[in-house]
Amino acid sequence: MTSTTTTPQSATTAVALSGVTKVYGRGANAVLALDGVSLDVAPGEFVCLVGASGCGKSTLLNLVAGLDRVSGGQITLAGDANPGLMFQEPALFPWLTVDANVEVPLKLRRLPRAQRRERVAELLRTVHLADFGRKRPHELSGGMRQRVALARTLALDTPVLLMDEPFGALDAMTRDILHDELERIWSERKLSVLFVTHNVREAARLADRIILLSSRPGRIIYSTEVDIPRPRRIDSPEVAAIAAEVTERLRTEVGRHGQ
Amino acid sequence: MASDTLTSSARTDAEITGLDALEIAGRDKEVSRGARIWAATWPKLAALAIAIAAWQIVVWTGWKPPYSLPPPLEVGRELVAQAQGPQLWDGLLTTLQRAALGYVFSVAVGLLLGLAVARSTVLRAAIGSMITALQTMPSIAWFPLAILLFELSEKAIFFVVVLGAAPSIANGVISGVDYVPPLLVRAGRNLGARGLNLYRYVIAPAALPAIVAGLKQGWAFSWRSLMAGELLVSGISQTSLGAQLTYSRELSDAPWLLSTMIVILVVGLVVDAAFGAADKAIRRRWGVLDQAGQ
Repeated sequence: MTSTTTTPQSATTAVALSGVTKVYGRGANAVLALDGVSLDVAPGEFVCLVGASGCGKSTLLNLVAGLDRVSGGQITLAGDANPGLMFQEPALFPWLTVDANVEVPLKLRRLPRAQRRERVAELLRTVHLADFGRKRPHELSGGMRQRVALARTLALDTPVLLMDEPFGALDAMTRDILHDELERIWSERKLSVLFVTHNVREAARLADRIILLSSRPGRIIYSTEVDIPRPRRIDSPEVAAIAAEVTERLRTEVGRHGQ
Repeated sequence: MASDTLTSSARTDAEITGLDALEIAGRDKEVSRGARIWAATWPKLAALAIAIAAWQIVVWTGWKPPYSLPPPLEVGRELVAQAQGPQLWDGLLTTLQRAALGYVFSVAVGLLLGLAVARSTVLRAAIGSMITALQTMPSIAWFPLAILLFELSEKAIFFVVVLGAAPSIANGVISGVDYVPPLLVRAGRNLGARGLNLYRYVIAPAALPAIVAGLKQGWAFSWRSLMAGELLVSGISQTSLGAQLTYSRELSDAPWLLSTMIVILVVGLVVDAAFGAADKAIRRRWGVLDQAGQ
């Protein structure tokens, strides 16, 4: 799926990280969370970051999203895009309806009302929730809430999507369906996705490229292209084979900390 | 299969719709409005009936002579008589005007103060605990000072009402802002809400339940302070509810005294019910309230 877009010269990478380092705290209590992470995400590429606890996956996404500052190195986004960020929790505003939640980024961008309404309807159709605009988040199931969150993030009209274990709290069946949904939306909208997960199979199901991070500090220790044709199924032998390989390396990394 | 993509996407659509229908089935439990109101009302009516019955029984035992503890029926008659004359309504108007003025001013002070303290770490360190200390101060303890400063005047009452209510309201704002889920703030910032917009779109609505709780508590404090003030500073106004309490005691007019107390109680209850309704509406919107259970 990398040949879908013809990109201008200036935008051969959607997200570029070079030597990104993040330190929390100072002096003796300082913790090195990320150590010299360099990574390019091509436009339209789906990259999965995999790692055990403490590998700084979430830290990395926060840095790219601009919610936190790097201690060293540099992060460049093509065209100064404001990337959309999704969490494991839907983080919907409980005091707003589904419609109004999706409308928030549009309001913040001062789109006129008629245009906002049109966009909200279009986005809810995209995530198959056209009939649920007037519901409140608590009236929906977990998977539906996560789709509202996806629609709200897409309302940013950003080419870069950052996802922090977005399906981690969902049951397996819902997750499978959302994989299909995300894949469809990603390819329709030609998004660049940086997707954090600890579920190796999920990574093999979704990614063009899987990147494995070490723990404490987070460093890139392994990277592999996944060239299984799409659409994929999570229970296919090809996906299982890739997952097995990544799992093996992940276990070796985790075992290193037990010695 | 040539049409593999197509069939699989059509299948996904059907699966999604099916899953959604299954997962939210049975969540729309609607209880009729009448049934809800009745369920909320009858225990209150029953409790009221029991209280009146207990009162009547105490009167029958002859524990106190009827001129100091009159039976409920006599007080009820007095209340009806009062409601037909201008005195009660004048008193109620005077008292409610004072309450409204004091409360509105307290809300303005409390909201500004609370927001300032919640935002600034320096201010918080300086006066954060002082606000809590002020809240624990019984408002009646302010009156001697208020009377020294403002003499027996409206201003003295106003001063004490504001000192009673504003700290509670400020505290409500502070705890509301403190307990806004950080995840919602991060989401809001990512969606493009910065600075004032972050307050408008995320922090203020997220803090609303705690702010309403603070407003409710502030009202209770201001109402108590006002009553204390009217009892103490009764000389300046003939008609306020507090003054009527004082006069009725001086005249040993027990039915008048008790009927005035009932009016004060009812005003307090009505305002409290209004806050309660606001609080409930918010919680229902947020989905914190179990609709079938309440």
